[in-house]
Amino acid sequence: MKRLLSIALGGGLFGYGLAWSGMTRPEVVLSFLQLRNFGLLLVMAAALVVTALGFRLAPALRATTLLGLPFSHEVKQMLPGTVPGAVIFGVGWGLSGLCPGAAVASLGTGNGPVLIGLAGMFLGAWLQGMLAEGRLGRRPWPRQEAG
Amino acid sequence: MGHLFPTGVVSFLGGGLLMGLGLVVMYLTLGVKAGASSFLSSTLTYVTPLQAERGSRQWRLLFAAALVLGAWLYAAGHQAFFVTAVGWWRLALGGLLVGFGTRLSSGCTSGHGLCGVASFSRASLLAVAVFMGVAIVTARLVLLLGVTP
Repeated sequence: MKRLLSIALGGGLFGYGLAWSGMTRPEVVLSFLQLRNFGLLLVMAAALVVTALGFRLAPALRATTLLGLPFSHEVKQMLPGTVPGAVIFGVGWGLSGLCPGAAVASLGTGNGPVLIGLAGMFLGAWLQGMLAEGRLGRRPWPRQEAG
Repeated sequence: MGHLFPTGVVSFLGGGLLMGLGLVVMYLTLGVKAGASSFLSSTLTYVTPLQAERGSRQWRLLFAAALVLGAWLYAAGHQAFFVTAVGWWRLALGGLLVGFGTRLSSGCTSGHGLCGVASFSRASLLAVAVFMGVAIVTARLVLLLGVTP
């Protein structure tokens, strides 16, 4: 129950913030990517300051989380797919103004057509998963050792 | 400053602040760095033989539901319901590339852009520079071709 409430609060705040900032509207995201309104950078900066402080302070002040769980110390490492994936994501983001979290939240603002984008995302993720787990070729692609 | 932020700065800073708080709540309770794009892979494990992110699929699906609820609360409280005018083919093709690319890159705007950068990951910093640069070039090209919005 505490877990459920935590997720509801954390995800709820994130979704509320996405909607308030306009990031749930592809038009607002595109206005940044077309270099007409730089607000997206303010969203990232404000979110980053809070997140970086939380990620740094929480494990320094407590041995475990408020629910007694271990803190993740994950720091994303460079993998063979990191840069090629970012290029492909960038083309898709620039074309549609959609990214995964904002697209999901956008459903809550009544944005029906975003379902088309989400269907595309699941198809793309499925294709990547099939390749990565070697279910389409003879072996996994790309090979996943750190580069 | 006005020409850089023609719609003002309050909603951007306020919304970003709440997004950061949401990620901190997830970290302070479940201990997870809640990037969004893994939700695509983890949810696929319910309906396909794929295994990636299977262990986190429950909280990721609930987190996604909470995103919808939070955005609905904002839209309902401010009469801010909205339907995009971006064409269906851009949503479909763009979405496909976003799904494939974020999973190949192991992160998206929240996974690399917020969680990764907030953890001072050099891979995430590079990923953000690449996807933002490529997206800007793409969006400008689409605009140049006369496709709006």
